[in-house]
Amino acid sequence: MSGLSWLPVALLAVPLLGALLLLAPPPALRRTLRLYGLAVSGVVLVLAAIMVATFEYGQAARMQFTLDLPWIPGLGVRFHLGVDGISLPLVALTALLTFLCFVYLGVGDGRGQGQLLRPRAGGSRPRALVFTLLVLEVGMIGTFLALDLLLFFVFFEIVLIPMYFLIAVWGGKARRAAAVKFILYTLLGSVVMLLGLLFIWAQAGTLDMVELAARHGAGMSRAVQVIAFLAVGIGLAVKTPMWPLHTWLPDAHTEAPTVGSVLLAGVLLKMGTYGFARIAIPVLPEGAAALAPWLGALAVVGIIYGSLACLAQRDLKRMIAYSSVGHMGFVLLGFATLTTVGINGALFANVAHGLITGLLFFLAGAIKERYSTADMPSITGLLATLPHLGSVLTFAAIASLGLPGLAGFWGEMLALLGAFDPAEALSRPLFLTFMVIGGLGAVLTAAYFLVMLSRVTHGLPGSKAVPVPPGTVLAASGPGDEATGPEASLAIGPSDETADARLEKTGERIGLLSHMPDIRRYEMAAWVPLIVLILLFGLWPGLLLSLTTPAVEALLGVVS
Amino acid sequence: MIQSIDYFAIAAPLILALVAGLVLLLDAFLPATRRVRTALGLVTLTGLLAALAFVVAQSPAAAQGLSTFCVPKALNTGPTPMCSFVVDHYTVVFAGLALVAGVVVVLLSMTELAGGGIPVGEWYFLLLCTLVGAVALPASRDLIMLVVALELVSLPVFALTALKRYDGRGSEAAVKLFVMSVVSTAVMLFGVSLLYGITGTVYLNRMAATLSGQLPAPGAPGALPSVVAVGVVLVTAGFAFKIAAVPFHSWAADVYQGAPIPIAALLSVISKAAGFAGLILVLVAALRGQAATWSPLIAILAALTMTVGNLLAMRQRSAVRLLAWSSVAQSGYILAPLAIAAGSGAAIAASMAYLVLYAAMNLGAFAVVMLVSRSSPRNELNDYRGLAFRTPVAGIALAFCLICLAGLPPGLAGLFAKVVVFREIVEGGLGWLAVVMAVNTVIGLYYYVAWTARVVTPAAAPAHKLARIHPATWVAVAATLAVAVLFSAAPQLVLTLTTLTG
Repeated sequence: MSGLSWLPVALLAVPLLGALLLLAPPPALRRTLRLYGLAVSGVVLVLAAIMVATFEYGQAARMQFTLDLPWIPGLGVRFHLGVDGISLPLVALTALLTFLCFVYLGVGDGRGQGQLLRPRAGGSRPRALVFTLLVLEVGMIGTFLALDLLLFFVFFEIVLIPMYFLIAVWGGKARRAAAVKFILYTLLGSVVMLLGLLFIWAQAGTLDMVELAARHGAGMSRAVQVIAFLAVGIGLAVKTPMWPLHTWLPDAHTEAPTVGSVLLAGVLLKMGTYGFARIAIPVLPEGAAALAPWLGALAVVGIIYGSLACLAQRDLKRMIAYSSVGHMGFVLLGFATLTTVGINGALFANVAHGLITGLLFFLAGAIKERYSTADMPSITGLLATLPHLGSVLTFAAIASLGLPGLAGFWGEMLALLGAFDPAEALSRPLFLTFMVIGGLGAVLTAAYFLVMLSRVTHGLPGSKAVPVPPGTVLAASGPGDEATGPEASLAIGPSDETADARLEKTGERIGLLSHMPDIRRYEMAAWVPLIVLILLFGLWPGLLLSLTTPAVEALLGVVS
Repeated sequence: MIQSIDYFAIAAPLILALVAGLVLLLDAFLPATRRVRTALGLVTLTGLLAALAFVVAQSPAAAQGLSTFCVPKALNTGPTPMCSFVVDHYTVVFAGLALVAGVVVVLLSMTELAGGGIPVGEWYFLLLCTLVGAVALPASRDLIMLVVALELVSLPVFALTALKRYDGRGSEAAVKLFVMSVVSTAVMLFGVSLLYGITGTVYLNRMAATLSGQLPAPGAPGALPSVVAVGVVLVTAGFAFKIAAVPFHSWAADVYQGAPIPIAALLSVISKAAGFAGLILVLVAALRGQAATWSPLIAILAALTMTVGNLLAMRQRSAVRLLAWSSVAQSGYILAPLAIAAGSGAAIAASMAYLVLYAAMNLGAFAVVMLVSRSSPRNELNDYRGLAFRTPVAGIALAFCLICLAGLPPGLAGLFAKVVVFREIVEGGLGWLAVVMAVNTVIGLYYYVAWTARVVTPAAAPAHKLARIHPATWVAVAATLAVAVLFSAAPQLVLTLTTLTG
């Protein structure tokens, strides 16, 4: 496969050159900006597809498409890229989600509310947005391709800056504070992780992730491994996020624009969990074994905490953000078991969460645009007013709560199964307890999603929020503005009215609300691939599991 | 007895001194017009480039070491030659750094001087004198020459700071700098005299031999008295003043703010590099045997310097004051590996690499600050709001340099500078210092990122357009940005340059 070693470089170079090209001639690209973003990310998607197609599935445990060049010999840093069964799905997921974000932004006439690339009076800086998204894509794909500890760290960090701007420039009302919180939190974690990585380097004498993984921690004492695992783990746990290091996440998600939320949930969180699978567990097996009970405990606390927090939320985006905390808890629980089953489940849940939560954030963005609020009690009867949107929301919610047959089910089931029979080094009763608590969390997850559905999709379409007439263009900070004035006049009348009068009013309201557009073309284009993949992985989990299993077995090597 | 002088070895300081005289003469005889002001700048620039060319030409020969001003063989009783002026790889790196930084400072000066009000001839003369000191200092191998060179770096800077006449802040800054510097020189001289008294020599290599017991110490027959430790501490303290290390840091912000911006840039890079060059020479070449005394001292100084510098920088609203405290903090990072310098040459290389990378990033930031100071004299952080949209090149350059200083990707120059230092101090067994440095890196991120965020957020009010800028400043911005990007893409260049010292 060495003939295709240009492929990982191309995956990084195309979006990077695409972004740099935007800097050069300002007027030339302005008109075709939407198509430009679509084209560049489309090329990346095609490259990812080629990678998926030419990957040797028989040898999924082996690094393929490798490229290994010296970069900074003085530090022993190498430009080492490659993919195996663990990173391939994530690379493909990143390319897909970025492309879908551009589809969402750029397909159609571009006048939709979430389509930030449309020309607007206040200036939405479309060129900067395309630039930011492309740089973000470089960082995300690079993180999954890097096989050198410092190179991994570089890409891991490159992601933060475009994401900061995505939130701080195109976000909602409280965007500034959310962006600062996001960057400070994650930077703090990153520095701790950098220390851990340098510690590994100082002890093991190499930065090569393949070699370190093959050694399975040989040459590092148990104490060293525990310290390094702790440092690296904290850095990754901030990004994942693991309870109690999650507090940046709800704010960042709530304030980010739709595409930002989608990429944040769909890809950025995966970088944290990927780090566990790629670095923390294989390189530091003894450290992992020593700290796995703690990881598992925090994971199940995260599951329960996330679910309970979700039950208490009024804001739809915030609720989905907290649901990520819960789902990531399952992923971490899977890792904590240190078994093939558990880690497989974690990796599966990882990808599934990327697809499902990506879709959920697209939907939340769409709802927020239409109602100009994401306050759940203000939105009722979605299925009556916007039947298609309501149906897709229902689909995404039940996928997320883990209905068998959809992608959300397998990962969490396998993670719990892994906890039923954890690695030999771990205490079985403890993990059985985790499993039971995690199972309870799954029930709570179902509960909050069903409560959300019953609030939002069912009931009379008596929205207290003012629908946005089609074509209305809000100010730059639009999506965050909540309607205030005419609320009172549109609210359902006092209780002493007769039932007839109320029905009549409701009828009028349906008439009024029917001006709200149902799923638009660009939204459909962005969502259908996600829906299809959720169904595909739900019905045929083996597709993904066959890819990760050999790689997981290889990385566990000694442990299991 | 006639000493033979190797003029090739001293070419760089010699040229600078000659050009300094030439500039003063030209200024006296030519009319004070705008064109002459530019011409004097160009003459200075040419002198710097000529000196730089000689430094580059010396670098192959520097592998063996060019030495001059040696004690004649007939008088030298010791086994090793004793020379006052040695050009080796270490010298070449520091001299090159000072000269390249000098070019940027001259470019910035051309803008500063274009406004008039500052005597041009004197400015360039004093600037060149400082550079003579900065180039001669890393070559100095005896204590007298070291102190003289260090004073040559410092003294013209007082005058340069006060050269903006009728400016209260400038005068105050000059007085502060003067008092601080004189006190530090006095402290250092006291330490030097103690060391000389014990060892009976001013030559660094001979002093090292004496202190390590290879040669008898004329001042102290038998065991070395504890006054050696006092001497070591005093000399270290003297240099700590020059590099603005805590607790000798308090002058930094006021002086940087009061001085013209090119002089602030000079203080933060050239004068600091000279201070470090001297410190490393004294500690490693002369006092290697006393490492037990100074190693913990330097480690504590480094930890204090980075922490206090960062904490003070967090509260600043003025761009120059922020850069002043941030450069104090950066001094801490440069100091950190020196704590283990006695044991490994790699630690010195790490410090030097950090210094070179820091110089590029910091000069870039100062170049943009200079640019902005033309239209907003108060130069507060809020004046930078929306800079990236008003003048994209300046905005991007500043953002990039700040991210480099913070040590974040994509500013890889700063990241790898920190990684090199981390590696050295972790391998040197100073884990606690590494942890302090990690915490400080995070504190540093806060203010660098906050400033960067201002640069790239759109200004609410209609921003005033930048005033017409002298093209020289644009050259400075472009050059520093190019170097910072180059160092980010290929940090190996710097690492190769500095590790050859070993």
